[in-house]
Amino acid sequence: MKTWNKIKSWPLFLPVLALLLVMAVNIIHDAATGVNPLSFFMISLRNTTTNGTILYGRIIDIINRGSEVAILAIGMTLVVSASAGTDISVGSVMSLCASFMCMMLAGYGVSSTTTLAVPLVIGLLCAMVMGLVCGAFNGTLVAHLSIQPMVATLILYSAARAIGLLLCNDLIVYVRNPSFAFIGAFLGPIPTPIIITAICIIVVSLVLKKTALGMYIQSVGINARASRIAGLNSKLLIFLAYLLCGLFASIAGIVASSRITSADSNNIGLYLEMDAILSVALGGNSLGGGKFNLAGSIVGAYTIQAITTTLYALGVSSIQAPVYKAIIVIIIVVIEAPPFKDFLRKQSAARAAKGVRA
Amino acid sequence: MKTKTKKSFNSNTLLLIITIVLFIVLYAGGCIAYGAKGFTHFQTFLNILITNAGLICVACGMTCVMLTGGIDISVGALIAMDCMMLAVGMSKGIGAVPMVLLVLLVGIVFGVVQGFLVGYLDIQPFIVSMAGMFFCRGMTAVICTDQVSITEKINPMFYSWANAKVIVPFGGYTNNKGKYMAPYVRPGVIVALLVLVAIFIVLRYTKFGRSLYAVGGSAQSAAMMGLNVKLIKMKAYMLSSFLCSIGGICYCLNTMAGSVTQAAGLEMDAISSAVIGGTLLTGGVGNVIGSFFGVLINGTISSIVKTNGKLASSWPNILTAGLLFVFIVIQSLFAALRARQSSR
Amino acid sequence: MEENVVLTARGISMTFPGVKALDNVDFTLRKGEIHALMGENGAGKSTLIKCLTGINDFETGEIHIDGIDGPVKNHSTRDAQNVGISTVYQEVNLCPNLSVAENLFIGREPLTKLHTIDRQSYNKRSQKIMDELGISVDVTQNLENYSLAIQQMVAIARAVDMECKVLILDEPTSSLDDEEVEKLFTLMRKLRDNGVGIIFVTHFLEQVYAVCDRITVLRNGSFVGEYPIADLPRVKLVAAMMGKDLDDLAEIKKEQKDFSKEPMEIAAKGLSHAGTVKPFDLDIHKGEVVGIGGLLGSGRSELARCIYGADKAQTGTLEVNGEQVKINQPIDAMNKGMGMLPDDRKAEGIIADLSVRENIILALQAKRGMFRQLSRAQQEEIADRYIDLVQIKTASKETLVKQLSGGNQQKVILARWLATDPDFLILDEPTRGIDIGTKSEIQKLIVKLAGEGKSVLFISSEIEEMLRTCNRMVIMRDGQKVGELDHELSQQSVMKAIAGGES
Repeated sequence: MKTWNKIKSWPLFLPVLALLLVMAVNIIHDAATGVNPLSFFMISLRNTTTNGTILYGRIIDIINRGSEVAILAIGMTLVVSASAGTDISVGSVMSLCASFMCMMLAGYGVSSTTTLAVPLVIGLLCAMVMGLVCGAFNGTLVAHLSIQPMVATLILYSAARAIGLLLCNDLIVYVRNPSFAFIGAFLGPIPTPIIITAICIIVVSLVLKKTALGMYIQSVGINARASRIAGLNSKLLIFLAYLLCGLFASIAGIVASSRITSADSNNIGLYLEMDAILSVALGGNSLGGGKFNLAGSIVGAYTIQAITTTLYALGVSSIQAPVYKAIIVIIIVVIEAPPFKDFLRKQSAARAAKGVRA
Repeated sequence: MKTKTKKSFNSNTLLLIITIVLFIVLYAGGCIAYGAKGFTHFQTFLNILITNAGLICVACGMTCVMLTGGIDISVGALIAMDCMMLAVGMSKGIGAVPMVLLVLLVGIVFGVVQGFLVGYLDIQPFIVSMAGMFFCRGMTAVICTDQVSITEKINPMFYSWANAKVIVPFGGYTNNKGKYMAPYVRPGVIVALLVLVAIFIVLRYTKFGRSLYAVGGSAQSAAMMGLNVKLIKMKAYMLSSFLCSIGGICYCLNTMAGSVTQAAGLEMDAISSAVIGGTLLTGGVGNVIGSFFGVLINGTISSIVKTNGKLASSWPNILTAGLLFVFIVIQSLFAALRARQSSR
Repeated sequence: MEENVVLTARGISMTFPGVKALDNVDFTLRKGEIHALMGENGAGKSTLIKCLTGINDFETGEIHIDGIDGPVKNHSTRDAQNVGISTVYQEVNLCPNLSVAENLFIGREPLTKLHTIDRQSYNKRSQKIMDELGISVDVTQNLENYSLAIQQMVAIARAVDMECKVLILDEPTSSLDDEEVEKLFTLMRKLRDNGVGIIFVTHFLEQVYAVCDRITVLRNGSFVGEYPIADLPRVKLVAAMMGKDLDDLAEIKKEQKDFSKEPMEIAAKGLSHAGTVKPFDLDIHKGEVVGIGGLLGSGRSELARCIYGADKAQTGTLEVNGEQVKINQPIDAMNKGMGMLPDDRKAEGIIADLSVRENIILALQAKRGMFRQLSRAQQEEIADRYIDLVQIKTASKETLVKQLSGGNQQKVILARWLATDPDFLILDEPTRGIDIGTKSEIQKLIVKLAGEGKSVLFISSEIEEMLRTCNRMVIMRDGQKVGELDHELSQQSVMKAIAGGES
């Protein structure tokens, strides 16, 4: 019982448990369909005509495909911690940044190109600037005008995709250039998105380790008034969290766009805000703000991707998957809800009382 | 003792006036710019109603939820699910009436679940309705991933509802061939207007309606005064989903099809209609008349963009979001002003 | 039950985790009297009221109400209303977005035959109720259009119309001006003459003497006494509330010294914050401990917050070390060498979910800026040093601060400010709700800090401890600085100054 409680209080308990469950489902499914039950874990090298020798395996696929969610989860974690609200615009902002970048790379009104109109770096910078602008917009509304986070981000949630379409002149812009496609392809045998995600995680971890940002954000999220008395600028910190969230959304947008070498405004980042929020919740972070655990969110993100991939393997299509994720979200928030906890406590107290009487 | 009323201008009435003026200006602008394309005809206005019949129902429900200080972003997806249910159900040979009843029932059940989570478990309405949104979208795809049309052959009764014309006895014109064009609306508009009147009465003249205002004004005070805040919140979400299902049927009568991407972003239109119409995001203030004008403004914008023909299809979306932004900021500034006034 | 008594509470006790909030308290309310319930912060007034209104569950004791057989135990405000106890709080518990009439009738509206609400009938009835009470309002107007005083009276009217026998007014006058208070009193007297028993909680002594018939005093959760108003002059009331807490603390040595020649640390001229503190001047010299005396609500905390920038001062100038400074927010004050321990530990002091270490280094880190993070080793060294210095009892420096006792939490915040090595420290009720041993430690620490040349602004409800530590005292009443005492510091003189007026 004691060890069980210890395990239960481990911060990564929830995401790891979920991950194990997903693996179990995979193994059982493989066994039931007659495939080698351990094929889930197998990683091999494969020769391909387009990318040369690459790593291959279902785990690699999950980590690769999970890159966008993991990157988004970083920003979302900060936003949730600082403002006790979520940024539901991240998926749309991804799409907007991708559209803006492709428009810059291809030139306005061009629907397909193999040569770049501006250097790749300019395109990438444009995407990131657009992400920062969106983040600043959200941050201003939340921190300075005190608008509820979800309402504030609802504006870009619905407008960003439309603006992206407008920038692309209502077209799907294809940028079929190898230097651009590289971002979503492979560096040697390793998928580039994995490397980009790793860099993001490392940079953020270093920033959190080397500066006081992490403590500041948590402090503001836990008690903004006390933080102010202790000399922190609560508004600025909340603003900063949204700014960073916008930046990470743009990076995720770059990756997603490069994978398909195009800016498909209607599909890039679709439903990803849900995955990002789910990662944060699954990672053991309270959606009520305060303490955060970045590692939890990251593990949560890959768990979500594993769930998605597993769902696909079970024959659920990508547009049907949200049903299951919605159910998971509701289960997590219900477990977290104070009235539900009170209810459980009362139940167990009643049971204990009954036990004593008997 | 003499009365001491504070001479604070009533910002809520002001917002409603701004909205109505905005509608008139927009519509007049449309008439001036596109008079040649027939924008001045009464039918253009009726067409706005026809196209937005579903949205009117949804906006009424959204207003009720927002009055309690909550929000429901699941409505667009719920409409998609409703349409898909209707389309698939009827193509499987089920009658129009049972399908309509089923859709309404599903709406109520869905609303009860959301309302329970918000009211009794105290989970943020945004999170609950976002999960609801994804659930419905996904469910739509689970029912069927293809676009399913409702043709005359599949269900003649539903088809006849969709194509029925209700002639309006005034405001017609004679076209250049000398034929009198009588203005008309579709049955959906009648339903939507009935909903509008019903909700107007509920909000103004029933205990339940007033308790929505009380909960939004101050949930704590409402509880202190003996209202069952949890139940009231749950009922609000139930009403929203129920009205949304009625809206879904109206919507389906327009599109005569079910598809996964249908009514995308409709929650945004509904929310912005309510906010533009003077409903406060913080709850407690607003009415459906304002929301109705909000819908008309959104409809006029789409109509202008469509009549122009050269503007990109994403403009209505952007303009709606832009308007929402402007009105949210105005609300926030008014709130700050009022806080300063009351702190003296 | 005694004749004319409408409510009796006998031997009420209640504990919160770790604190005895009420200890065997008695309270008696008679028909047609206005009964003041007095006591400083933490005396147990609000706990007692919450026991009466069913918000708190008391552990022992009985409450009897006229006309009801057997003891009454309420479990919610609704229960309380059903037995005739209504409460009106400082923050009006009505809906500002509804009309006056709706606020009177919501939840019990008269209905028409069609089951819609009968607006005309309840508007008429509301108008009649308000007219009878002598409150002239248009009941169809939204409540938010009326002043706070009117809103308060509407709340009272609602309570009265629900046929209450006991009306509890919990600090209803805190945000009213004099004229509004007078209107409220007129209403209260009218209700008293109609036979309602009124419990009146306030911090304003003048108001007690203006309107009340009887006073019950609580202190530290215990019943001190019940007095007819004529038997308890102001000074005695203040003494009863503050107590002569003769906890025999170790004598703290305080050398009497003339500070007027010492250099000036803080010089405030005409600082004010609208609605809370009227313009005041205040000089504090280096190494001096200045106390602010006054009751809660007298503006003593607000004055300190104004200097620190927690509430931005709207008028006046502030000089620190002879240099004029502009303070917009706390960090500005911190950079000038100030620190403030706020009175509300939970809301403005501790960051509950962070560890003791993080709570201690927070202010120092904020002062250094985000990019110059203290290394983990430095953090631990600082945390260890101050845990040792102010003797914080904690399992480890990584324990979450919310798991500590109140006194130790307070020490953590004190450590947070000491770590920034301030020249000027504001301590607002640093000893509230903590045990006697810790109190004396904190007092000693204040004297020690002053000895090191730091200046301290010290606010406390306990005169004894201020007498023991302060070199000079500033007296506040009703948001105004009404005097300064330096050489003749004594219990008697301070109480007289706080009570003010004729005694």
